[in-house]
Amino acid sequence: MSSQLIDIPALKARRNVNQRKRAPKALRIPLIAGGATLAALGIIRRSPLGIAMAAGGGLLVYRGITAKGGWSSSLIYVRKAVSIDKPPEELYRFWHNFEELPRFMRHLRSVRSTGRGLQWVSAGPLGKSFSWDAEIVEDRENELISWRSLPGSQIENQGSVRFQSAPEGRGTEVRVELMYQPPAGKLGAAFAMLFGEEPEQQIREDMRRFKELMEAGEIATTDGQPHGRRSKITTMLKSASGYGRTDEQMGAQRVVS
Amino acid sequence: MKALCWYGKEDVRVETVPDPKILNPHDAIIEITRTAICGSDLHLYDGFIPTMEAGDILGHEFMGEVVDTGSEVKNLKRGDKVVVPFTIACGQCFFCKRGLWSACDNTNPNAWMMEKLYGYSGSGLFGYSHLMGGYAGGQAQYVRVPFADVGPLKIPDGVPDDKVLFLSDIFPTGYMAAENCEIKPGDVVAIWGCGPVGQFAIRSAKLLGAARVIAIDRIPERLQLAERGGAETLDYSRCDDVVEELKFRTGGRGPDACIDAVGLEAHAMTPSGIYDEIETRLFLETDRPMVLRQAIQACRKGGIVSIPGVYAGILNKLNFGAAFGKGLTFKMGQTHMHKYMKPLLQKIMDGAIDPSEVISHRVALRDAPRMYKVFRDKQDHCTKVVLDPKAA
Repeated sequence: MSSQLIDIPALKARRNVNQRKRAPKALRIPLIAGGATLAALGIIRRSPLGIAMAAGGGLLVYRGITAKGGWSSSLIYVRKAVSIDKPPEELYRFWHNFEELPRFMRHLRSVRSTGRGLQWVSAGPLGKSFSWDAEIVEDRENELISWRSLPGSQIENQGSVRFQSAPEGRGTEVRVELMYQPPAGKLGAAFAMLFGEEPEQQIREDMRRFKELMEAGEIATTDGQPHGRRSKITTMLKSASGYGRTDEQMGAQRVVS
Repeated sequence: MKALCWYGKEDVRVETVPDPKILNPHDAIIEITRTAICGSDLHLYDGFIPTMEAGDILGHEFMGEVVDTGSEVKNLKRGDKVVVPFTIACGQCFFCKRGLWSACDNTNPNAWMMEKLYGYSGSGLFGYSHLMGGYAGGQAQYVRVPFADVGPLKIPDGVPDDKVLFLSDIFPTGYMAAENCEIKPGDVVAIWGCGPVGQFAIRSAKLLGAARVIAIDRIPERLQLAERGGAETLDYSRCDDVVEELKFRTGGRGPDACIDAVGLEAHAMTPSGIYDEIETRLFLETDRPMVLRQAIQACRKGGIVSIPGVYAGILNKLNFGAAFGKGLTFKMGQTHMHKYMKPLLQKIMDGAIDPSEVISHRVALRDAPRMYKVFRDKQDHCTKVVLDPKAA
């Protein structure tokens, strides 16, 4: 790997010291109860499997006891790679057209060039939105783009995307690294609703959509297709798990012609 | 329109739902003229496949007439008669370009679910759970078909629907299972399961030059159909030890290739079968790999085990040591449909095979809920059910 914008070992060290992964508070009771049951079942088994069950149960109880409330304002670091069957030039060109990023980044409403750099606006929960300004740190044609938020942004973040030719006509390996420092307080809670508990999954989905747009010319969807009566629970879960815009809301943005 | 919707284990109903519409520029809408119930639909009916939602429209074997096309569809026009493959492929990714169509990267909107389970996601499938993309299926009057330039195969005028309908899944699936056996002159192929896929595997193995095909089942009409397709039959319910019987019939050597056309819901009153029954009920395993164990045990040294039968999750007590000890090769997976449809249409047109031979029931779509049960319970000599969505 070439020199990286984000110093991963330093970040990891910081995570390990301050941000040991803790379970959310809501899981405290299920974790303790489930863990204790598993441990008890393990103990009465008196077999190697039983020992493993007891140990696993004990760990769950520990995670339950150490669970903490709310959204932590811990640093979030994500990296993802995807292979795309197109030359680096084409992918770089599409990405470099920053205004187009919301076409595959579901949580972004718009990206605009301003005098100071780029203004990013993300679609927040309940119709609210966040915005921040970023500057391009490095821009190497067909190879790499990196950016970072300007001082004083609501959401401190930096990131990079690299495009590397894969051998023997296997297209381009695209690697994205992102780091956020989510804000504290109420804003932080809204941020958590927007980015969910799994920012990793959302970055992966964004990159999948980028690949689909570039290779297939459209983003696969089933939003808006017919079905029979859904159960109330399914409908409730669906509306609660949504973030950013649905495929239907993204509309024609999901297509390259 | 009318469509067959899934509401839970053993609960499927024909309901009125909205008509499908074009959602993406490479989509087409097909008015369905024929559709079928697949053996793998029975895994949904029996509640074996996770991530189903009440209201999902089932069906992945269908054909019909193009009634609408998206702005980017170039190869199809209104009125074209097409058979649609059950796997959805973009035609542009690494996998599609290498003929691994069912591994397409770009057609499963829920790829993340499958990645969590399997590491990577395969292509989207019609009517086969949200894990596989959540696409509405074709046991309906209309269906939306994504990447319509890539999948649907145009059928020339004058060819009856019943002869070409099974190009949508089971004929290519049986054919790929046989092709995966890398049949050489003199080879003996043993096939577990004489359902529709097994029947096509038998016929394909013969077309590909197998000297002998031994077909294993217990249902008399299925064994008769296997015999008509050129197989010798083995009724496992009248046989103490299938592995020993196969060994005896192959001069002690064992079949050169073994095809498991049964999959995860295998059942029998044997110790291995009862073990699987208990484990799956306790959620200690998800699949019942009884046939797979037998195929591994029976296969000759250095032979091939080909698996068109569906497996979904975790298999216990699999005799992997036997597979290693004999140096077996395993070939499996969803069928690379797009590779086989055109050449197999040619075989039908040449008269080398008549797929409509496996059909036992032709009924209206509204009779589908009843026929799921009949097919599942193998009542009324049922081997294959074809549905007519236009019949009153």
